[in-house]
Amino acid sequence: MLDIQNLSKTFNIGTDNEAQIFNNFSIHINKGECTGILGANGCGKSTLFNIISGVLMQEKGIITLNGININKLKENERAQYIGRVHQNPSAGVSPSLTILENISLSDKKCQKFTLRRLIRKNKTEEFREILKTLDLGLEDKLDTEVKYLSGGQRQSLSLLMATMKKPALLLLDEHTAALDPKTSRLIMEKTQELIKTQNITTMMISHNIKDTIKYSDRIVMLDRGEIILDVRNGQITEKELLSIYNSRNYGSQLTEAV
Amino acid sequence: MNTLILTSIEQGLIFSILAIGVTITFKILDFADMSVEGTFPMGAFIFAKFITAGLSPVLSTLLAFVFGSLAGLITYTLNIKLKIRALLSGILTMTILYSINLRLNGKSNIGLFNYDSIFDGFETVIVLTVIVFAVKILMDAFLKTEVGYLLIATGDNETLVKSLGENSNKYKMIGLMLSNGLVGLSGALMAQYQGFSDINMGTSIIVVAIASIIVGDSILRNSKLLKMTTRAITGALIYKFIGAKAIDLGLAPTDLKAINAIIVILFLSYNTFSPVKMKKMKKIKAAEAAKC
Repeated sequence: MLDIQNLSKTFNIGTDNEAQIFNNFSIHINKGECTGILGANGCGKSTLFNIISGVLMQEKGIITLNGININKLKENERAQYIGRVHQNPSAGVSPSLTILENISLSDKKCQKFTLRRLIRKNKTEEFREILKTLDLGLEDKLDTEVKYLSGGQRQSLSLLMATMKKPALLLLDEHTAALDPKTSRLIMEKTQELIKTQNITTMMISHNIKDTIKYSDRIVMLDRGEIILDVRNGQITEKELLSIYNSRNYGSQLTEAV
Repeated sequence: MNTLILTSIEQGLIFSILAIGVTITFKILDFADMSVEGTFPMGAFIFAKFITAGLSPVLSTLLAFVFGSLAGLITYTLNIKLKIRALLSGILTMTILYSINLRLNGKSNIGLFNYDSIFDGFETVIVLTVIVFAVKILMDAFLKTEVGYLLIATGDNETLVKSLGENSNKYKMIGLMLSNGLVGLSGALMAQYQGFSDINMGTSIIVVAIASIIVGDSILRNSKLLKMTTRAITGALIYKFIGAKAIDLGLAPTDLKAINAIIVILFLSYNTFSPVKMKKMKKIKAAEAAKC
């Protein structure tokens, strides 16, 4: 599935602020699995996602996805393989467009965009059915602009849009961090349902150790660009995980699994 | 019809094409494109160049659109390829165009009274209405296409456009070219309307465009029924009428630029402190006070 070999990445090369975040970093992600990624701020989690999705370029290292070398592909060219849900609920939608317009756009993902009308009446029912699966009543608000939705509704929509065309790899970048606990749980359950029914290979960054244990098949912990723990779920208890987290990630101690 | 009203309508119609063009960059792409200050006179000068060379008025007007869109391409190249800030890219293009415009015909003012114009043989206001409606209908239709929606999404959230597998820069290019093309068209119409092309006709034209957009946005602000293009056209017409009225009341034409700016300030502050909004706020505050 996803294979990263000898990845090196340095920020601000040649300046006083030069900081190497990865040095010969390698990881292999198995097909159909959900890999939870833990680590304190600045350990390289988001940088890793940015490199995989093509937002940032690495100095060294090869990334292959399903045997295809994606190093040379630009961010938009990698979109055919990768879906990503960001922490900010607005990052995955176009706020000034309506729900129907947003969904219609993502329905065309990685196809040719032409001078034909985007909104097709015959597709509306299909989209309504898809929105119904979210259970948020969005199917009755097709003509509402997305900026008027709540953060949770917007994030559910982002999740739906990122997975409408099944991606080979789904990147969840703390996608419930900006939501209240109840909504966060709801979105996590929706996520779980989506990735299990469609069998999507997923990498999930979270600061929530409980969620990571509950929803991941494998848990990887990073510290300053290195893997300090890589276990199958079930091989480790919450308490052990927390103590490793706190022993390495100084500066951001967690007192309990939140 | 009263000449004051007629001239405001005619000029307002010409400026509404400018306003629709600037709507694309200012409102849709959220790109402060100053290059229109150079593209507007460029449209006029390109028209002068071709009409004096013997081409038909219609073709010369269309060529003003084409060359205008090429000016948009310069701004795009500076901003996206050379990574120069949007505002500065526009200013640089505008500066380059100043020299180009002078080079085109070798002088800063060209009289066009002796040449044909697209208004020949018809009522000016009717020709202009037809052109404005054609632009509006085409623009509305374009914004409903897949490409049109991607243009809107690019201004909204580039990350989303990339995640759809599309290069968002492509849509910035389309937007900038279309916008400057329309501004060039508007400039060519103005040259034919007033009977000359002048190097200074673009000075502070961006204020006219933005003023029209803001005035248009102030009408029925929360109504979704009014399309962006309708707002731009209505805005340009009202704005032009207020300006003409001010001169009619005794202000000198040299005061016009200040009047332009003051209209913008008035409408912007009206949007912030509108009486309806103030009344509502007062009610809410009174209700809060009653609770305590």
